[in-house]
Amino acid sequence: MGLPVPVEIYLNVAVSGLLTGLVYGLMALGLSVIFGVVRVVNFAHGEMMTVAMYLALILFQAFGLDPLIMLVPIAAVLFAFGYLLQIGLINPFINRPEHSQFMLLVAVALILVNIQLIVFGPDAQGLHTPYSFDSYQLGPLIMDASKIYAAGAALAVAATLFAFFRFTLIGKAIRACADNYDGALVVGLNVKRLYALTFGIGAACVGAAGAMLMIVIDVTPAIGPAYTLLAFVIVITGGLGSMPGALLGGVLIGMTEALGGLLFTPSAKSMFAFGLLVLVLLFRPQGILGRKAT
Amino acid sequence: MAALLEVDGISKSFSGLRAVQEVSFTVPEGEIVGLIGPNGAGKTTCFNLITGVYRPDAGQVRLAGQRIDGWRPDEICQAGLARTFQLVKPFAGLSVMENVVVGALNACSTVAEAREKSKIVIEKIGLWSKRDQAAAALTLPERKLLEVARALATGPRILLLDEVMAGLRPTEMNTMVALFQELNASTGLTILLIEHVMRAVMTLSRKVVVLHHGQVISSGTPDEVTRDPAVLECYLGEEAL
Amino acid sequence: MIKHLFDGVPRRGLLMLAVLFAVLLALPYFVSGYLITVLILILYFAYVGQAWNIMMGFAGQLSLGHALYVGLGAYAAAALYVHFGISPWIGLGASIVISAAAGAAIGFLAFRFGVAGVYFAILTIAFAEFARIGFDHFAWVQGSSGLFLPVANYTQNDLWNLRGSPTMFYYLVLGMTACAFILSHLLLRSRMGYYWLAIRESPEAAQALGINIFRYKMYAVVLSAAMTSLAGVVFAFFYNNLFPEQVFSISRSIELILGPIIGGVGTLVGPLVGAFLLTALAEGMGEMLLRLGVDVPGIKQVFYGICLLLVVMYLPDGVWPPLSKLLGLDHKTPDRGEG
Repeated sequence: MGLPVPVEIYLNVAVSGLLTGLVYGLMALGLSVIFGVVRVVNFAHGEMMTVAMYLALILFQAFGLDPLIMLVPIAAVLFAFGYLLQIGLINPFINRPEHSQFMLLVAVALILVNIQLIVFGPDAQGLHTPYSFDSYQLGPLIMDASKIYAAGAALAVAATLFAFFRFTLIGKAIRACADNYDGALVVGLNVKRLYALTFGIGAACVGAAGAMLMIVIDVTPAIGPAYTLLAFVIVITGGLGSMPGALLGGVLIGMTEALGGLLFTPSAKSMFAFGLLVLVLLFRPQGILGRKAT
Repeated sequence: MAALLEVDGISKSFSGLRAVQEVSFTVPEGEIVGLIGPNGAGKTTCFNLITGVYRPDAGQVRLAGQRIDGWRPDEICQAGLARTFQLVKPFAGLSVMENVVVGALNACSTVAEAREKSKIVIEKIGLWSKRDQAAAALTLPERKLLEVARALATGPRILLLDEVMAGLRPTEMNTMVALFQELNASTGLTILLIEHVMRAVMTLSRKVVVLHHGQVISSGTPDEVTRDPAVLECYLGEEAL
Repeated sequence: MIKHLFDGVPRRGLLMLAVLFAVLLALPYFVSGYLITVLILILYFAYVGQAWNIMMGFAGQLSLGHALYVGLGAYAAAALYVHFGISPWIGLGASIVISAAAGAAIGFLAFRFGVAGVYFAILTIAFAEFARIGFDHFAWVQGSSGLFLPVANYTQNDLWNLRGSPTMFYYLVLGMTACAFILSHLLLRSRMGYYWLAIRESPEAAQALGINIFRYKMYAVVLSAAMTSLAGVVFAFFYNNLFPEQVFSISRSIELILGPIIGGVGTLVGPLVGAFLLTALAEGMGEMLLRLGVDVPGIKQVFYGICLLLVVMYLPDGVWPPLSKLLGLDHKTPDRGEG
């Protein structure tokens, strides 16, 4: 396979994968929250993320605002989108069979991707922040500044989310809905509104992740579907319904992809993610940290 | 009378909870046997163990002398043991006729044959006028009848009925009871039924097995069992008869 | 068997089908090149939708990676033709075998390990993506640069090598669609059809009635895959070029299920109706926009998405059930014969 690769390169690639993986993890966290509570498979997840990415791009091009600073507004816009989506499209059809709801979101994904294609065109677009080319050195490790900031932001948002679900009343109410839909109804929780809230939160995660990802990669409409799939792979690998699982899955996938790309060819790196998915689906469908469905 | 179905010391635990413990009983060929007991006694679990939905942790199940524990449900049905479900599972999008044909295909080699057989079964069970209606449009008692018709169509030697009387009005219940008595008398169909409705059990069964907390606490004729102090205690102590 | 082909089908429906078929046969004499291409597209989607329908509508297994079978079928026949000059009529044997094997592998893995519902759908997507990336690096078929079939100017239609005018392809696809239609009709009335529907409605009850669920699900997947692979062969020889990015792409998989979903999953006529509606409307809209000077790539897909959305929301069983009522074609058991 050519010249032997020095250990430092593996280390650097692995760490780089880890950092990007944390952002992936945040994106997947959104999906996990949505599926864990509302039980809807959000097939438009990646497409929603590219919306956030384009939003970040526009804001940067128009006002020169760094996506990390615009994190909260962008997440808020996606929150609204998710909330309205749930209220308008999903709540009315909550009693339909699983694959029906799935197809609803397939349709939304189709529409989103192509609207983006029409508005922004198929070419890759990126942005360069003042620190785009900076890096930090730690011994043999050389890490991109953008990746570190993005990963840090991802951890911060994830931590906020954990705290929200654990300590706030609304967060606990949402968890109650997830555990027991009928019980929640009986106790008087407005489940439909909580569902909308949850979808909004999941969308906000994806929005934040998109803003972060924008400082690391370029955006085209085509990556939407690719990231939807990636989010699924991560969530299923890490464990559906498990929030730490989503982050763990993200990191695992990020590192697998990076190392796979190094060991084989870069363009084949997603094959490893899929290979992992197949293995998980077959042997441990509840994922690494997931609970077995009763 | 030879035993058609032998349940021999079967046990099953779920996550440490012992649902069924060393349960043994036999169902003689051509007889109607009742399986009763308070809620949670393990009756449906026994059914599921017999019909192959679960595999027993220990013990054997024998059909006409052949071991069937560990077999798949479809293999067991093909061997001559049919069952109905407590929560009925009709093929909602299919018509009554089509539902029964699915069952009849187990015993017939062509679809045409299965249709003919189904017509007979449907008529016997009293659903002839509804034969072209979608199963989803049936009332609950009709769905129960459909469930029985479907199982009957498979041409079983022994039929396992899981709380088939629940939710039926007295007249509907009488029809069912009469139907089973007639089937048993004319075709020699062996029946094992789980029931809570005592009237039906006592009328139909020649032998009754009582389960409580996953164990057999009594077995005998309906008279013997209703006089057994252990049985009275478990029923009166737990819930009113 | 031919005698029983029409048992129980309402005479009105039979008449309509006969008229439709006659019209379709005669059409090339009256319409021009562009419309023939549109019709080929419609029939192609009707055919492939029907193949998918067997898996989903009959056996209840949601496959979102069906482009895998199209692609495998396409590449198998095309590669054999390009490298060895083997006629697609022989090459399709390889297409069927390879696609069926892929279907069997996916089915085996999924059903043995209890992967169902949405998880199954994701598994099918994963395999299609696997193939897409894999074929990008598959040198024997030129990988991502694309496999090109030699096109020459033929004065005559060469049916043996599938080189010829669109009209030739039109009749070919028309024939395939008619066969798929008849096959599905026969299947629905057979033991397999009854068992598939039973599995779709309630796998537990089906098992309790003596049905070997694993075996019949496998039949559905393998048959669906094999049928779909033939569409791939046509795809390869009609377009004369294959790119993994396009052939195995998830948009292809979604595209081919739009017809049956909009027309009516599980019904016999659904895929045909859906394919016709969708393609006719999309092309019509595209034409109209072109006349207005609007040429926007992606607008057709937005239209598909909106159609899909509306149908899933308001016509969950598809367009065919209410349409059949309108045409007076529905009776208690629409597709399966007399009661």
